[in-house]
Amino acid sequence: MPKTVKLQTPLSDADVSVLEIGDTVLITGTIYTGRDAAHKRLVELLEAGRELPFDIKGQVIYYVGPAPAPPGKPIGSAGPTTSYRMDPYAPVLLDAGLKCMVGKGPRGPEVIKSMIKNKAVYLVAIGGAAVVVAKSIKKAEVIAYEDLGTEAIRKLEVEDFPCIVANDISGKDIYQEGVKRYKK
Amino acid sequence: MRQLDVKEIIPVVRKLCIDANYYIGADVINRIKEFYQKEESPTAREVLAILLDNYQLAAAEKMPICQDTGVAVVFVELGQDVHLTGGDFQEAINEGVRQGYQDGYLRKSMVDDPIIARKNTRDNTPAIIYTDIVPGDKILITVAPKGGGSENMSEVKMMKAADGITGVIDFVVDRVRRSGGNPCPPIVVGVGLGGNFEQSALLAKKSLLRSLDSPNPDPEWAKIEVEILNKINDLGIGPQGLGGRTTALGVHILHKPCHIASMPVAVNIQCHAARHKSAQI
Repeated sequence: MPKTVKLQTPLSDADVSVLEIGDTVLITGTIYTGRDAAHKRLVELLEAGRELPFDIKGQVIYYVGPAPAPPGKPIGSAGPTTSYRMDPYAPVLLDAGLKCMVGKGPRGPEVIKSMIKNKAVYLVAIGGAAVVVAKSIKKAEVIAYEDLGTEAIRKLEVEDFPCIVANDISGKDIYQEGVKRYKK
Repeated sequence: MRQLDVKEIIPVVRKLCIDANYYIGADVINRIKEFYQKEESPTAREVLAILLDNYQLAAAEKMPICQDTGVAVVFVELGQDVHLTGGDFQEAINEGVRQGYQDGYLRKSMVDDPIIARKNTRDNTPAIIYTDIVPGDKILITVAPKGGGSENMSEVKMMKAADGITGVIDFVVDRVRRSGGNPCPPIVVGVGLGGNFEQSALLAKKSLLRSLDSPNPDPEWAKIEVEILNKINDLGIGPQGLGGRTTALGVHILHKPCHIASMPVAVNIQCHAARHKSAQI
């Protein structure tokens, strides 16, 4: 039976090991955004042996390129982008200590293997529910790669940011299990 | 001959960009509510309920339904008795897009070069503009913002006549199966049949402009659309790919004559945020 789990970032091994696919997770604390272009730069830094613009240990990266913030709001609409485009970069970041990725859509076998190895999880936010997600983001600040516009890395302060567990630390995959259950 | 200053087009396009991104069509809401009733998966029902909430919130808060406010695809039906004056028609449309995306706090998602620089143009131009010359002295403009996630799951296949309708159905259903949760299901599936390579793709895109409330006007094609829709919803992909019965809200087909040697088939996948707004000048 899926459960609801509240998590405070940064995350520990104990935090993520209770999660099972289908569980609802409400994240509170600091998380970071990153998508295609930012991932490319982060991985280039790690490969060059240089420091990342934020401490990635125990952290959450949310795959999003938000819409601009309207007056009086911390951020614009901010639903997840499709995750497979980050697959080539994800294992390097997981090896560096990343604990949790949030996006939408299934991950490739290399990423799932790396999640098992690094005790990390992949959560999904609801694609296209971008205003619902934005409501849980209380503060947003660009901390790196401002030149990338919407693709810049942002530090977000979130409260009960809603997600569903798609891959747990044992490598189970909701995209496989869910579809199997309802396929005719 | 009606004289029309192209500057009159700018505020119309500006408003269409904003309205299309803030206000989902009633047809999408109707279809999701209908599928919600039939949905067996608890997770899927939860996702559908959140999507309905989100449409309401977007309209109330005047925020885009999805942060991917898309490429601005603009369809123009230009009356042949209209004489456009006062400047460049395409530039007027781009100016409307520029203002709409700026003033509406919409995301700018265009890069100037697909491979080498990939530098954001910062104003979401250029729009992708299709103009048809039609009888009359009016201009009908439709803005259909198209997100990247669903567009990336689209495909054109040059099939053989021998593949027949079964081959076409198999290709469309398989395209959706291979897309899984990536294009933000529940999706709308646009199918373009016939014409040639590029016309089939444009037909598929144009088919997405049809309301989900109206069946194909040709009963034979309407039957085929329902058959494909049922096969897609038997795949079990479900909302967001998490499993369930609601994978597609509709299948729309447009077809055209084609060469004796050819049978082009295009599938254009549209996410649940099936956005388009029209206005006549």
